[in-house]
Amino acid sequence: MSGAAMEAGRTLAMGQDEAVGGGRRSIEAPFGKALARLGQTRPDIVALTADLGKYTDIHPFRDAFPERFFNVGMAEQNLVAVAAGLARTGKVPFATTYGVFATRRAYDFVAIALAHSNLNVKIVAGLPGLTTGYGGTHQAIEDLALMRMIPGLTIIDPCDATEIEAATEAIAEHRGPVYMRLLRGSVPVVFEPGYRFQIGKARRLREGSDIGIIATGFMTERALDAADALQKHGISVGVLHIPTIKPFDAEAVAEFAAGVRTIVTAENHVVVGGLASLVVETLFDAGITRKVARIGLPDRYIECGAVPTLQAKYGLTTDAMVATIKGLG
Amino acid sequence: MLRNSPPGSADIGALERKATRLRRHMLTMARGQGQGYIGQGLGIADALAALYFHELRYDPDNLAWADRDRFLLSTGHYSIALWAALAEAGIIPVNELITYGADNSRLEMSTLDTTPGVEVIGGSLGHGLGQGVGQALGLRVDHSDARVFVELSDGEMQEGSTWEAAMSASHFGLDGLVALIDCNGIQADGPVVLDMEPVADKWRAFGWQTVEIDGNDMTAIVEALAQARERNGRPKAIVLRTLPGKGVPRIETSEKSHFFRIDIARWDGIIAEFEKTMGDAR
Repeated sequence: MSGAAMEAGRTLAMGQDEAVGGGRRSIEAPFGKALARLGQTRPDIVALTADLGKYTDIHPFRDAFPERFFNVGMAEQNLVAVAAGLARTGKVPFATTYGVFATRRAYDFVAIALAHSNLNVKIVAGLPGLTTGYGGTHQAIEDLALMRMIPGLTIIDPCDATEIEAATEAIAEHRGPVYMRLLRGSVPVVFEPGYRFQIGKARRLREGSDIGIIATGFMTERALDAADALQKHGISVGVLHIPTIKPFDAEAVAEFAAGVRTIVTAENHVVVGGLASLVVETLFDAGITRKVARIGLPDRYIECGAVPTLQAKYGLTTDAMVATIKGLG
Repeated sequence: MLRNSPPGSADIGALERKATRLRRHMLTMARGQGQGYIGQGLGIADALAALYFHELRYDPDNLAWADRDRFLLSTGHYSIALWAALAEAGIIPVNELITYGADNSRLEMSTLDTTPGVEVIGGSLGHGLGQGVGQALGLRVDHSDARVFVELSDGEMQEGSTWEAAMSASHFGLDGLVALIDCNGIQADGPVVLDMEPVADKWRAFGWQTVEIDGNDMTAIVEALAQARERNGRPKAIVLRTLPGKGVPRIETSEKSHFFRIDIARWDGIIAEFEKTMGDAR
């Protein structure tokens, strides 16, 4: 095996260091940088982590405001409880950990200590979906479904570095609990500066009449690339980007769906309980009948392995999307 | 008007009479529903009287005052005691107490934070101490000298999150944080089902300045609270050994005292027994 092939096939460290897309320029630690910038004008912003500061890009804030940064150690229930307490003293805490721990491990605290009191805490969760090769312990493949069930919780799945920066500002401004998925390290730039992010608003990125891809998170980047590729095969593909899972922009989805023949949902998440389910619920409620193909992860635990290998195997890459859509006939 | 700022010299007799008044309120409330967490409430009454009428700095007319001392009732089902204390403190009307546990009452059997004077949603046990840590950290960021008092229970020490919070409090040196651990020896399934002794040694091992006292001895409570004022870089733990049902012998000796349900007719006897035992204080 050549050095390059070994490189491609290795299981990277748990921090998901590789870029999630190819060929685009990228920004380092967009979340941490945006938070540190906000910290300069917002003395009420504080940050916490549960021994994953380095792996959730929160170090720029920690370095700039050490007196407003708290590392609670490997204790995610306490992470959320402490954040709740800080919020009750008027702070706006950003608490980071991995998605698996913020959801499965700390769920009761998010539901009761935060959401029930509508406290102003922002949970920012690393390793969303299939962005680590560490297997079921680290892959937050069902976090959107779990968090959707919590009343009043805003849920964001950003696509790229530009959107992470914009969303960080927006959720700091928003009053209420938020769960945001984090892409860390070197994050591609898909949207140009000036891109406006609004909580709860979908964005139509591309018009098309045959296929309508409704995508969230980094799958939107791949949807755009897939649409380009499919265009060359004479397939007209529209793309609707859904950065906010909750509150869900049902109106935009219904309008978009009405203009295409077939819907394809694309999410870095299991195909139950997340974007696909939301889209199907929305279409049913609106009385719109369309075939819906669901790109996403199966309802089972994913094995360990190199991220590119796993993403290709489970159909999350651009090539796999193109093949899936061409196969729809 | 600001209360207990700074705490004066304690009038033990007056505080004991306050505790008796809290117990009388609780018995009236439990009688209204024929049920409630009366055992726990009667047991913690002395500590709440000492807090609300001697130690806690607060303004009943300005509950959102940023520099108030906070009292977090982590065991939400002890709400019956909190409602009695809040009524006696002038935060909620005394004549509302009778609605305890009734439909549409804001005096729930397990606290929600929508009722005035409630600092945290208790009830999902293991939530309170961590939120107290967060509030103490927030007050420190604001350079406030306000303190945070968290009541939790012996059974609650079985929740791992309690120890996550305990570790972080001493790590952050939160010397304005005071945990009151109500060890009444009962939990939902009856007498304590999982041994947590030695309780005080556990808190000491986690870095807390710890005292263990008779939680129904007003002098001891007041003294322990006074010691806890020291800002020496360590959080404070007061282990309260309390008697559930304190003041009503037939509740003290009841095996069902986690949740007490009894015919309305028998409450008259219970209240008569209470007045005979403790009722000389008005």
